[in-house]
Amino acid sequence: MAVTKPKTAGTGKRFRLFWKLATLLGGVFGHSQVRATDLPEDEAEAMFHYYNGGGVTAEGPALLVRKKVADNFSLSAGYYVDSVSNASIDVVTTASPYRETRDEYHVGLDYVHRDAHLTLNFSDSTEPDYIAKSTSMDIAQETFGGMTTVNVGFTRGEDQVFKHKNPQFKDFASHWMYRLGVAQILTPHWIVSLNGEAVSDEGFLSSPYRVARVFGAAVPENDPRTRSSRSVDARLVGDLGSHDAVHLELRHFWDNWDIKANNLEVGYSRYFGEDWLADVSTRFYSQTKALFYSDNAASDTLYISRNRLLSTFKDVGLGGKLTYTLKKDPAYTVKLNGEYELTQYKYSDFTDIRTGKLYSFNSNVVQLYVSATF
Amino acid sequence: MNLRAGAVIAMLSVQLTGCAQWHMPEPWVKPYEREALADPIMKFSSDPLSAKHTEHVRIVREAARGATGVEGGGCGCN
Repeated sequence: MAVTKPKTAGTGKRFRLFWKLATLLGGVFGHSQVRATDLPEDEAEAMFHYYNGGGVTAEGPALLVRKKVADNFSLSAGYYVDSVSNASIDVVTTASPYRETRDEYHVGLDYVHRDAHLTLNFSDSTEPDYIAKSTSMDIAQETFGGMTTVNVGFTRGEDQVFKHKNPQFKDFASHWMYRLGVAQILTPHWIVSLNGEAVSDEGFLSSPYRVARVFGAAVPENDPRTRSSRSVDARLVGDLGSHDAVHLELRHFWDNWDIKANNLEVGYSRYFGEDWLADVSTRFYSQTKALFYSDNAASDTLYISRNRLLSTFKDVGLGGKLTYTLKKDPAYTVKLNGEYELTQYKYSDFTDIRTGKLYSFNSNVVQLYVSATF
Repeated sequence: MNLRAGAVIAMLSVQLTGCAQWHMPEPWVKPYEREALADPIMKFSSDPLSAKHTEHVRIVREAARGATGVEGGGCGCN
């Protein structure tokens, strides 16, 4: 796009400023002939997802479509449903099992300019007693001959919290997420990424239904109204040279509620013939409890919780995935995917008050989906 | 003041002379050598919907969050 400054252009300060702005905007929104970064492929995915564990079943469909609408713009839209049947240990020991549905819609925009990729996303999630809206922006910049990609991102979330059969109860929760990362090609067969994210929350961060125990008596849980956390995640992917690859992920997390967590995941992927791809992975996770968590508090404190999400526990997962390429054509590709993960959760300071023993449970996660690129 | 400025300029000159002999590393993996890296099995995360569901399940069960590059979606389900 050749643009020359007209000879009739004035030399006034105002015109020079206007010219600079016009050139800048033209560069940002115009068609770039020297663009190096590609838009994500046009794609469509349709999924059925299923979770079962600890008395909770959550299942439903999910859809995603992404389509290029101009040389350097693409739009995406998605729909995600969680039909939840909840008879978890929290519910059966203090309330009645219930069913509810969560619907989430999201739309996104991808824009590429030269070596930069901008992503905007908006999501809206609604369930009978919780509404969550979020807006996020991410920018990825390729540099160093395309060997290094630096990305920064920000998400702002605003939630409204309600309580069944209590129209007087209404509160809010706000979330700010800031992330920074780098992906680096190491060799023609190895790539590594390092990402960090800081999250701050403010508002009602408890559950309006869950209770804590103090001297054996049930009291409403009360979490602090602010929380701030940090996490650092490192990933390594390597091509082993026989149509197979190995994945490694390590993450460390800490927050100002004194929770510290680590997880390690190792995975292996291998092609079988032209059409089949198999993945297996195992994941280990452990965390320490929040300062104000207690299974059965021996003193009355301002903040108190018996949320097992904030307790000391470990989980171990083992997963597998099979992908079959149903149709491969220069114009489009269609794949069938099936994934299963079994995870065992073991709590160190959360007692099942029905048995008096430390609580543990297994969960099953299933994903069945069709994915197409075109 | 002039003496101090002269000293700074002299130091900068020495530094720049050093820089002239020091070369930035060249990208050592050329675009035509990245065929293996473009294979889907080399992606950091799985397909978008699959990654979103996995992340959502973990955020609901575990206190740790963030830095995975995937948005799990807000909910009041924990």
